[in-house]
Amino acid sequence: MQPAKILPKSAFPGWIDFLKRSYTVVGPKAMHGQTVFGEIETADDLTLEYNQSVIPPKKYLVPQREVLIEYKLDGTEVEAKFNEEATVVFGVHTCDLHAIKLLDLIFSKGFTDQHYAAHRDNTIIIGYECLTTCGPESFCRSMGTASAPESAYDLHIIDMGSDYFIQIGTERGEALFTGYDGVFTATEPDYARMNGTLSDKWQRFPYRLDVDVTEIPDLLAESYHSDHWQELADICLACGMCTQVCPTCYCFDIRDEVDVTLSVGKRVRSWDSCQIDSFALVAGGHNFRETRAARQRHRFMRKGKYQFDATGMVGCVGCGRCATACLVDITPIKTFNELYRRQQQQPEEVEA
Amino acid sequence: MTSLLDQTRFSESIYKPTMARIVDINDLTALDRLFTVELPDGVYLDHQPGQFVKVSVLGVGEAPISISSSPSRTRQTFELAIRKVGDLTGVLHDLQAGAMVGIRGPFGQGFPMDRFKGKNLLFIAGGCGIAPLRSLINQVLDDRGSYGHMQILYGSRSAADLMFKDELHEWENREDVELLLSMEKADIDWPACTTGYVTHLFPQIELDPRNTIAVIIGPPVMYKPTIAQVRNKGIIEGNIWLSFERRMKCGVGKCGHCQINHIYVCRQGPAFQYQHVKDLQEAM
Ligand SMILES: Cc1cc2nc3c(=O)[nH]c(=O)nc-3n(C[C@H](O)[C@H](O)[C@H](O)COP(=O)(O)OP(=O)(O)OC[C@H]3O[C@@H](n4cnc5c(N)ncnc54)[C@H](O)[C@@H]3O)c2cc1C
Ligand code: SF4
Ligand code: SF4
Ligand code: FES
Repeated sequence: MQPAKILPKSAFPGWIDFLKRSYTVVGPKAMHGQTVFGEIETADDLTLEYNQSVIPPKKYLVPQREVLIEYKLDGTEVEAKFNEEATVVFGVHTCDLHAIKLLDLIFSKGFTDQHYAAHRDNTIIIGYECLTTCGPESFCRSMGTASAPESAYDLHIIDMGSDYFIQIGTERGEALFTGYDGVFTATEPDYARMNGTLSDKWQRFPYRLDVDVTEIPDLLAESYHSDHWQELADICLACGMCTQVCPTCYCFDIRDEVDVTLSVGKRVRSWDSCQIDSFALVAGGHNFRETRAARQRHRFMRKGKYQFDATGMVGCVGCGRCATACLVDITPIKTFNELYRRQQQQPEEVEA
Repeated sequence: MTSLLDQTRFSESIYKPTMARIVDINDLTALDRLFTVELPDGVYLDHQPGQFVKVSVLGVGEAPISISSSPSRTRQTFELAIRKVGDLTGVLHDLQAGAMVGIRGPFGQGFPMDRFKGKNLLFIAGGCGIAPLRSLINQVLDDRGSYGHMQILYGSRSAADLMFKDELHEWENREDVELLLSMEKADIDWPACTTGYVTHLFPQIELDPRNTIAVIIGPPVMYKPTIAQVRNKGIIEGNIWLSFERRMKCGVGKCGHCQINHIYVCRQGPAFQYQHVKDLQEAM
């Protein structure tokens, strides 16, 4: 890795202006008491000490709605469409960086999804180290996502009071300082200060799960037939909000849209949710996940076990957004803890 | 020459279809039509029986459809048997020969024919399941010496619902094929036709369970009782093969729609060995 950089806070607005000359810059902004990622004009638009954004920055890699192909209806022209806007996504929390790492694995596994790859190629990600935990629903410490994963960011920023310590993840990240002279190479004392900042932070990050993250895949496997899924289903509204706000949910629908001229159209993908009752419905009316209990189970199995088995990463990064979004207070902290409590209550199997 | 799979995979986008021409359309039943599709020059279909393609009409949508022709009879043209059940399939049925459709694929895992060689075959189809099964049957017939005895059990609602009637007659007349039909309403003059479900045909067949491969393709309700009958004949779980139908949007393991527990039907299926799926709650 390249040596880190030190950016004095006084130079920060100038650097953002410098980036704006070549890129669209987006970052966390305060809006109606919440935080949303949106385009910024100056450094003043940013709120860097933010609790979880309502919608994760995933939306810049997997947009809620995205045109995959455009065509003439007579089939004489069919053209794939790709994102071409060079964007810097600024201030991504560590849990969201872990989510991006997971999406990278999923969209490149087997068949490469070139539309995701195009977003990834054109999107520069600048992480921002969380120094306090977000809300009471966040459990990043338990999930092991409160530190930045190296492969997900181009630059990663740690606030050290009067200046920023900036870790370099990629060459293109480092290139964001090419031609900008307000930044310095970090020295030994800077590394020591940075490490002091990081070790201080842990006292502000409680463990909120009773179960260790490494036990979660097995816990889920053993809880497959638990009664708890039905208990969740009894209150779940099947609204799908939990999946809409999740940084690791990526399931999608694909639909065709025809232009009013009736000569051209496009094939569009948009976010979908396994909590909606038609998600696994096929022609003829057969629904392979008909009950809410089966759908809640699928959601948690996928996060806690299936994605781990497929990628080596647990599919929940502990951001807590789904808990905040759920009107009936179904939360991963309560769910994992309750499954764990029941598992612990079961009599130990006696070895023969 | 490029295979359609390479064309799909290595074009700019895995979601971009290759435009192909419908060169022939034939009625199979009141609801089912057989479409012969011709790929553009330089592109051929290289598939295994049991695989599917994503078929689309631009401006309408896309659906997974099994390839009904066998690899032995497929090159630049191939066949799809499509039932009219909704929006896209409705529009497909309105098309005339000469129309263009989009094709991606072939996707998923088909049946491993190499592993079936030398074995006796028990093929069981319910309803539209005969469309993908026909790909296996013709593959075997075109390489008849490589396989043992072949029994085909085909369950249909009535004579009017039978698909591929000409071919059924051909198979019926062959010495090396044993074909048995079942119908809920047996309104047909046929040498071996039983009233009832496909499961009612089992008492009539004899087989050597040790060396027989069973392949079952049909509607969801058919699997459990049919597997029970096959097991009852003494065929082991590892020699039972199935094909699953699920909602599919992408066909390439991304959209999440086709999942059975942790399995992606579009990638790991639609053909499965029974022992690999029997413990999955969402499978059957
Ligand atoms: C592996 C596989 C092989 C198949 N082979 C054949 C075949 O050989 N012949 C045949 O007639 N049918 C086959 N089907 C079923 C066929 O895909 C559906 O009948 C078709 O998608 C219905 O589309 P529609 O728009 O006409 O129906 P609608 O009911 O209007 O569909 C509404 C929506 O549901 C989706 N949908 C409904 N059912 C399915 C389904 N089973 N799979 C995926 N999406 C679905 C459609 O994409 C559409 O967006 C197969 C399905 C699978 C999964
Ligand atoms: S499941 Fe909930 S807590 Fe976990 S990553 Fe998704 S939104 Fe965050
Ligand atoms: S947000 Fe809550 S109520 Fe809505 S589908 Fe998710 S768990 Fe159910
Ligand atoms: S059809 Fe999209 S994941 Fe299988």
